[in-house]
Amino acid sequence: MHPALSVIIFTTATGAGYGLLIWSGLLSAFSATPAERVVALVTLGTALLLVTLGLLSSTLHLGRPERAWRALSQWRTSWLSREGLAAIATYVPATLLGLAWIVSPDPGLAAVLLGVMTACCAVVTIYCTAMIYASLKTVHQWRNQYVVPNYFALGLYCGALLFAALLHLLGHGQPLVDGVAAAAGLVALGGKLAYWRFIATTSHVSTPESATGLGGIGKVRLFEAPHTEENYLMREMGFTIARKHADKLRKLVVLALFGAPILLMLISLLLGGVAAAVVALIAVLSAGAGILVERWLFFAEAKHTVMLYYGARAA
Amino acid sequence: MTCLPEAVPGQKKLGLVIDLDTCVGCHACAVNCKEWNASGHSGPLTDYQNTSDGVWFNRVHTFEAGQGETSRTVNFPRSCLHCEEPACVTVCPTGASYKRAEDGIVLVNAETCIGCKLCSWACPYGAREFDEDDGVMKKCTLCVDKIYNDNLPEADRVPACVATCPSHARHFGDLGDPNSDVSILVAERGGYELMPELGYKPVNRYLPPRPRKNGPPPPSAASSSSCGSDETISLLDLAMKKPDGKGSAFLRWADRVLSR
Repeated sequence: MHPALSVIIFTTATGAGYGLLIWSGLLSAFSATPAERVVALVTLGTALLLVTLGLLSSTLHLGRPERAWRALSQWRTSWLSREGLAAIATYVPATLLGLAWIVSPDPGLAAVLLGVMTACCAVVTIYCTAMIYASLKTVHQWRNQYVVPNYFALGLYCGALLFAALLHLLGHGQPLVDGVAAAAGLVALGGKLAYWRFIATTSHVSTPESATGLGGIGKVRLFEAPHTEENYLMREMGFTIARKHADKLRKLVVLALFGAPILLMLISLLLGGVAAAVVALIAVLSAGAGILVERWLFFAEAKHTVMLYYGARAA
Repeated sequence: MTCLPEAVPGQKKLGLVIDLDTCVGCHACAVNCKEWNASGHSGPLTDYQNTSDGVWFNRVHTFEAGQGETSRTVNFPRSCLHCEEPACVTVCPTGASYKRAEDGIVLVNAETCIGCKLCSWACPYGAREFDEDDGVMKKCTLCVDKIYNDNLPEADRVPACVATCPSHARHFGDLGDPNSDVSILVAERGGYELMPELGYKPVNRYLPPRPRKNGPPPPSAASSSSCGSDETISLLDLAMKKPDGKGSAFLRWADRVLSR
């Protein structure tokens, strides 16, 4: 599948944003003291900024962005519609939570309720985003049991890295948060490795034989394409990446998205102070580059059944 | 509304039956489809330019099936199958994609489509093509603006692809009615659906190529001819088969040159 930059930014920025929103909401709900008012507000603000940037980026993928509001109507059947509604709904408790912290240094029960609601809404939104892809029977690399857990793991991991870095920058660095970020990274790495093994060892149930119904005669090969130029289908659905290039990019993902940030989190856990803030910031930048490559691969390595009509042996 | 209409027994299911035995691969259906649909319901229909891909609702592929003497070359027209359970409709976030309750035709409302392209991702058959100029998705309408058109003589109220086919390889009718001409044709010829394993229940049917009258024995007993097989064949092999035949020296020479 064609890796469109707008969609890559949409899924990565909202993933990290909702991940951060979950951690921030939990902080407000369960551990915040008046001293952490600034922390709650800054993490909340950063999360909403990332989410908003991601959602705006998604509209750049539309042929008619001015009609984007129409996408909210079909929540009964469409995961894309559900995602839009959940994304907008999340702004309500998140904004109220921010207001609660602004008007009161100790919102008490309001922070508990709104924090939990914000975290729950963020969880639902991440799930809807993942299901946009995981619901498509046409793409084997998307419709499998690894995609939804991976979206959660990566969102929570990126959010935790941002959370840890912001805490260090505000002088509230906590070893527990650094440890949680590193642990989330290991879980997300495990999920990604399992996903890669799955897509390397399995393929789509459909074949050129079932796509044409000519399997009874024998093995089916494309003899002549319907057109000489690339059409929309081939450009959108026929994107392919050479195996050796994919292998290199996967190594980059393992290094930049997982290896380096996890190690840096453990270092900042031991350091504390300004040094820890610098180290945590580098971890965030590294993971930011890594997640973009990871999401690019998520699209580039996905194969669509329509290419069975254009000479693909498997999907 | 992207909820599908409720399935009713005896529901009208308009669709096409495509005969892979008689299709000659002339692309006339594709061209007449483009011609008709360049105006009307989905018009204008973008042509190929630097900035946009041409949008066609009908594409004619050619496949080779089988190997050796039993292999067949099959022309294969591909268009929207107007599925009974189309995922392209249910994934649509705007309601622009819909399936008509009265005849099962799947359509896109170009006035409300936002061009998110998700429907084209959801369709396994590649029935939808994005119109870069209009910023909306387009697809086969089963010539909805032709088949119900009272201004046309009744005989002309068939999809453009069916009307134009010179080898009578395309048939149009109600596949929901077991007694319709198309349903009888499907029953007689063993018409089948494409990718039934995905469960979208396409309405269109394909009629398989008929067995050859004077054909070779079935694949299991086929000779070991290497023609069309996966094995690589060198010109030398051909030369060796006819050691005394004319041109064997030439073939040996050609093999030497090409093997360098």
